[in-house]
Amino acid sequence: MIRVVRLLILAVACLALTAALAASIWAIAGNPSPVNLPQLLSENLDRSGVEHPVTAVLLNFRSYDTLLEIGVLVIAGIAGISMAKTASLEDPELRTSDALLYALQRWFIPLMLVLAGYLLWAGADRPGGAFQAGAVLAATGVLMRLGGVPMEFLRPGLLLRLGLALGFMVFLLVAVASAIGGDAFLAYPPGMAKILIVVIESVLTLSIAMVLLALFVSAPVNDAEDPEEGSPS
Amino acid sequence: MTSSLLYALAGTLLCGIGLFGMLWLSHLLRKLLAFNIMGSGVFLVLVGLPQNQGGPDPVPQALVLTGIVVAIAATALAVVLIRRYYHLSGLTTLDEEPAFREGGPE
Repeated sequence: MIRVVRLLILAVACLALTAALAASIWAIAGNPSPVNLPQLLSENLDRSGVEHPVTAVLLNFRSYDTLLEIGVLVIAGIAGISMAKTASLEDPELRTSDALLYALQRWFIPLMLVLAGYLLWAGADRPGGAFQAGAVLAATGVLMRLGGVPMEFLRPGLLLRLGLALGFMVFLLVAVASAIGGDAFLAYPPGMAKILIVVIESVLTLSIAMVLLALFVSAPVNDAEDPEEGSPS
Repeated sequence: MTSSLLYALAGTLLCGIGLFGMLWLSHLLRKLLAFNIMGSGVFLVLVGLPQNQGGPDPVPQALVLTGIVVAIAATALAVVLIRRYYHLSGLTTLDEEPAFREGGPE
């Protein structure tokens, strides 16, 4: 009986919140916005160093958000690794013994690496960029891990730390360098925007892929004496 | 009423469903999934609402792109934490006594 009352109260509260949200969205949709952001953006696109508006926003006009975002990712990766039992990093039980996966891997991994590189480069003038490339790179790493390809760099050590922090470090270095040079924080020097964006995007791709892969690898916590996942403890 | 506005309204619906799931379900993985549904609703509102007024707007799209990656990382971290919690306590809920079925402790 108490459960039914609780369920009803919860359902009514969630419905009320949804209705309030929908009403406010309806009201916002009725009023034209005071600033025309797309027009503002297309007028200033020439100064950004890239041709695609989303990449221009991500790495030039709102690069502060992207800097904080890679910071959050690095913190999440470090927290995830510190939670994991490092002994399970090379656990042979986690590998699948699927013959089809082994056969396909030889074709897929080079293709996916090329695709990640293409996505990174395409970000300048069409949909693509560091995030998509990083996701594909991380997926490649997951596939390699499932197939049992040895990945020494995932062991806790200098390479892992460097890979996790590289994107954030380079981004922060560029930001601080421009601030020391007398310009605003994160303002690229004129004429160097394109090359700086390409460099930052490349290291961002690497770091995003490393964070996602490290989080995937650090998820399993298995011990022989532990209860199985499904069985009641 | 355009299709973009429909996306935004569907986003509010997803927010409501996610909130209900967060509050009602007690299994931690289900809570996490509900939280992700809520996040998807927010992304849908963020992309759909500006599109309603004069075409696609790259600024919210870039913010959503950033948000998706952060959401993936946060979900992975949450899974790691949940697995660690299960490893240490043997429980899959935050209730004091073990509850294997979904629902409250009543």
